[in-house]
Amino acid sequence: MKRVQYEHSPIPYLFVAPQIIIIVIFFLWPAAQAVYQSFLLEDAFGLSSQFVWFRNYSDTILSGAWLQAAWFTMIFSFLVTFLSLGLALLLAVKANEVIQGASTYKTLLMWAYAIAPPVAGLMGNLMFNPLIGDLYGFMNAVGFDFDHKLDPVDAGFVVVLISVWKQVSVNFIFFLSGLQGIPKSVQEAALMDCKSSFRRFWTITFPLLAPTTFFLMVINITYAFFETFGIIDTTTQGAPGGATTTLVFKVFQDGFRGADIGGSSAQSVVLMLLVLALTVIQFRFIEKKVHY
Amino acid sequence: MNRSSIATHLILICGALFMTLPVWVAFATSTHAPETILREGLQIWPGGHFLETYNEVLFVEGGVMKKVTATTMLKNSLILGIGFAVGKVVISMLAAYAIVYFRFRLAVPLFWIIFMTLLLPLEVRIIPSYKVVADMGMLDTHAGLIIPLIASATGTFFFRQFFRSVPDELLEAARLDGATSWGFFIDILVPLSKTMIAAILIIMFVVGWNQYLWPLIMTTKEENYTLVIGIKQIYQVLNEGGELPQFQKAFALTILATLPPVLVVLIFQNWFVKGLVESEK
Repeated sequence: MKRVQYEHSPIPYLFVAPQIIIIVIFFLWPAAQAVYQSFLLEDAFGLSSQFVWFRNYSDTILSGAWLQAAWFTMIFSFLVTFLSLGLALLLAVKANEVIQGASTYKTLLMWAYAIAPPVAGLMGNLMFNPLIGDLYGFMNAVGFDFDHKLDPVDAGFVVVLISVWKQVSVNFIFFLSGLQGIPKSVQEAALMDCKSSFRRFWTITFPLLAPTTFFLMVINITYAFFETFGIIDTTTQGAPGGATTTLVFKVFQDGFRGADIGGSSAQSVVLMLLVLALTVIQFRFIEKKVHY
Repeated sequence: MNRSSIATHLILICGALFMTLPVWVAFATSTHAPETILREGLQIWPGGHFLETYNEVLFVEGGVMKKVTATTMLKNSLILGIGFAVGKVVISMLAAYAIVYFRFRLAVPLFWIIFMTLLLPLEVRIIPSYKVVADMGMLDTHAGLIIPLIASATGTFFFRQFFRSVPDELLEAARLDGATSWGFFIDILVPLSKTMIAAILIIMFVVGWNQYLWPLIMTTKEENYTLVIGIKQIYQVLNEGGELPQFQKAFALTILATLPPVLVVLIFQNWFVKGLVESEK
């Protein structure tokens, strides 16, 4: 808190008003609507609705399709988070080591941050297009019976690959800035005590990066849940047979295409709870700072 | 060079290729004739149809969409990117200023309301949000596209943090000189925050330009498409099939949608990294 502040007056309310008005109209009100609608069942024409308690929840969430999407989202998030963090960490450590060409590498590794997920999705989609895509031909040439239009695992592979590609640069930027924040004295002391660069990394550098890694894990899980919508929508669209449908894609699909407002709202509310959990975890740990 | 430094460079070169090659291939392929692409697949070297393809995509009606050109979509993307960035900065600076510099009764509850936006990403309230905007008659308008997106908890926290680090003496001095609260904000705080503002503007321009889900449901008329939404349309056209698939145009569109935000990131690289790392903390 500031020692010196302006005293009571209506002025501060004017300053926060734009932000608060937007939040109330476009955040709180719609969110409340979603919660409200999740308890309603509308008839096919949207003319009348009926309060049905938790039936939308039990109907959608216990349905096979939702459970399949939840399961896929879990595996997908795990793979995307793990692979993009791992790759970014490797590249950041190496980029932090080199002297020659360091800034060129840095630029080449981070610029893809600017590419939108759906743009990455379409590029990947074209490259895996059986008509022209050499990646499709390559996968088959090296012996996979590859068909991402029919095979769920292959479709998952394409979506994971594009999502990881898109996310490496953000993670790289944060890891590199985390590495550069490690004091020179610590690094030199470690260098004297321990010859093996591999052990030095796991005993000194990695623990010091723990706060960054933890923060990035939350960011990446959020990304895999929400922002990959653009990638799914421009590649598999959840096919084949819902095998690559994420929970967010399903909310969109059921709400806009299927016009199942109640069911879609119930799914939204479940996602809200999930975001709440992620945020609580994030703030808990950031306050304590992850330390070994 | 010893062996381990060669390995280091090798890893970095592979990483750089992994990140860069797909976009390069997309560009190179976009400069070939559709027949060549169909016959030979993706291209690694640029071909001779650069002007032809990009001219048609950018300036000829019916080149990519039915009616609009990529130039119109480029304009819409710019409006969205700039409006989004400027809107976020203005609104979060004002809110942060009120929270840090004023003592008022509702400060704490209002702070928590702003915080709650973190819990409500667009994806979890998408249908009711769409309804609100539709009821207000703001579908297919720039205002409807931009305003619902500009509330920002991260932006507000970022400026709040920064304003707290500004010495108290400045406000005391300004008050002795008779500055009003608005005057202090505009004449002293805003100029002090210049670098912060620039960093956030750059990040938010990129984020705004890349918005997908909201413009996707908000825009129904072709003349309101952004480039990123055009991507979706191209995807649908390609999927429908038809005569000769215009892959070169699809690639050209991905390049056009990528170029402006990439340029911004490359030109303002240092500010961008600073803004990204500090605003997310």
